[in-house]
Amino acid sequence: MKPILEIRGLTKYFGGLRAVYNFDIEIPEGALVGLIGPNGAGKTTIFNMITGIYPPTEGEILFQGENLVGLEPHEITQRGIGRTFQNIRLFPNLTVLDNVRIAYHQHAGYTLMDAVLRTPHYYRRERELTELAQSFLEVFNLQDRQNELASSLPYGEQRRLEIARALAVEPKLLLLDEPAAGMNPAEVANLMELIHFIRDRFKLTIFLIEHQMRVVMGICETITVMDFGEVIARGTPEEIRNDPRVIEAYLGRGVVLEAR
Amino acid sequence: MVREGRFLGQSWRFWVGAFLVYLVFQVLFWLGDAEVPVIGAIFTTYIQDVIKYVCILAMVALGLNLIYGFNGQFSLGQWGFYAIGAYASADVTYRWYQNSDPSALIVLLVGEAVALGLFLLVPRWTRGLRLPEWQVLSLYLVMLVAGAAVGIGASTALSGPIGAFLRLWPEGLAMQVIFFLSVLEGGVLAAIISFLFGLPVLKLGGDYFGIATLGFGMIVKVLFDNADAIFPEMKGARGMVGIPRLTTWPWVYAFLVLTLVAMRNLIYSSEGRAILSVRESEIAAKVMGIDTTRYKTLSFVLGSLFAGLAGGLLAHYQAFLAPNMFHFIKSFDPLIIIVFGGLGSMTGTLAGTIFWAATLEGLRVLLPTGTEAWRLVIYPVALLVIMLLRPDGLLGKREWGFLRERKWWLKPEVVEEKAKAQVQEARGS
Repeated sequence: MKPILEIRGLTKYFGGLRAVYNFDIEIPEGALVGLIGPNGAGKTTIFNMITGIYPPTEGEILFQGENLVGLEPHEITQRGIGRTFQNIRLFPNLTVLDNVRIAYHQHAGYTLMDAVLRTPHYYRRERELTELAQSFLEVFNLQDRQNELASSLPYGEQRRLEIARALAVEPKLLLLDEPAAGMNPAEVANLMELIHFIRDRFKLTIFLIEHQMRVVMGICETITVMDFGEVIARGTPEEIRNDPRVIEAYLGRGVVLEAR
Repeated sequence: MVREGRFLGQSWRFWVGAFLVYLVFQVLFWLGDAEVPVIGAIFTTYIQDVIKYVCILAMVALGLNLIYGFNGQFSLGQWGFYAIGAYASADVTYRWYQNSDPSALIVLLVGEAVALGLFLLVPRWTRGLRLPEWQVLSLYLVMLVAGAAVGIGASTALSGPIGAFLRLWPEGLAMQVIFFLSVLEGGVLAAIISFLFGLPVLKLGGDYFGIATLGFGMIVKVLFDNADAIFPEMKGARGMVGIPRLTTWPWVYAFLVLTLVAMRNLIYSSEGRAILSVRESEIAAKVMGIDTTRYKTLSFVLGSLFAGLAGGLLAHYQAFLAPNMFHFIKSFDPLIIIVFGGLGSMTGTLAGTIFWAATLEGLRVLLPTGTEAWRLVIYPVALLVIMLLRPDGLLGKREWGFLRERKWWLKPEVVEEKAKAQVQEARGS
């Protein structure tokens, strides 16, 4: 299968700090791929480079054959990449519905004049996009909350809303940055089901960063492991679990030796 | 409800109500002028002027709230755009009023039309080139100069015949039409200048943008201090006199109502939500596919447009303009008003403006003679106390009345269910 996302030789320096070095990955269409590694390994930096928030120092990011390097973040989103953030970044003072409707902005299809003059075209498009947003909220079981402020939702629902919002940009590739962070075991189980569900329902490719081994091992088909900005292993969950370099990165060498 | 009201998203009830409010004040003003007992004592010329000034200042503050309260860009330059609108508009009517000379009217009308046309058309071809920023800015400056050149050319060619044509009209009508056009021209000029200023400066975030705009306000004041070098009628620091006094109650009221309706319609649309998302989280907005630069520019330009329009009204309200009126210290007035009323609340801005006028001007009337200076003590103390009690401003982000978002898209059955639930609740209790 042809890759939807292909990253070659991606490198990022923050001054003298080497955050990511020579990162490569190929993600086939429809795959569910995980990226793991200890804190500070450079995982989120990779997401920030894919979505155009940081320009890479070197390397290229090919999305459906097109190089994304040098594009503005909104242009990258318009090409079909949605993402969530490690520390939730909703629009806190806007309603749940408006959070999702903002994601539909690029498909709104009416102009400033339509809005100010309230033309029939405005009403037609506004109704359509509101109904679309509401149907998204229903999928995520948030429809009863649509008129509440996003900041008033409990943590788990904020996470769900952020995923709903990322899906509303109608992406082909969804980047999830630690979706299970701060969740209890029951919520994590729900989340894993949800991720499977959205991939099948929206025919997506999912690339996710996760800290909790249970999540990554449970849902990812292939896993890439990073440490200190470099890839140290890649393979199926089974292979990763038994890879000595991964164990070393997570637990440290001394502990492994003593265990023997 | 399939949609909101029929005209500009407002119901006929709203328009009738707005007209009635106009009428009530108009009648009160007439009675005040006729010195009818009681009403004549309350609605003196002075109070009438304060009410008109509240409407003008509310427009400036609404513009600033769009920039700072809704879009999150801290700007201190609003007063500069106010000044530009005022002087541009005053120059147009001054020339006609004093010399029956429509040259300024034509220069601005043609120049702005050409410049706006170029601004809209040229980027369609140049967008694909991905020019560096300074080249984009130079390109826009060239377009502006081209517009000005065409405007001046049109004016030298057409001033004679158009002037002769306008002199055929009844004198009052020609003056009113020129006044209306001059206010629009002042507003559009302020908008164009804010666009060119915002292009390089808007990418500065937070306080840095605030300082840059403060600098802009100071530059504008110094320019008008020395404007007599090019425009002798502006008389530089001595102040411009001889502007016709044309800002009547119907004009200010109509401009304020239309500003409010336009801003409300903007905020409750996809464009408005894009503006809000920039304030809420710029990074998240970008990742949602929103061109944040575009929406920062849009709200800055529209906010300046409102300030420019208000400036045109101010010039013909006072019939006198001096650069000192646009000293940067004064630019804190709209800032105080919007923070006090609630950043991100149009209702709050109106309430804030009324509070501002009521304490600073109203107390002048209410306090016993000889103690008027105490209002400058009462005003800051009241500000302090209210900000301590309500840190988000009077209204926070809430809106009242016609400024609220109407949820007309709710499915009918949802509305029905809600109504049923309310009825049951009422019965239960």
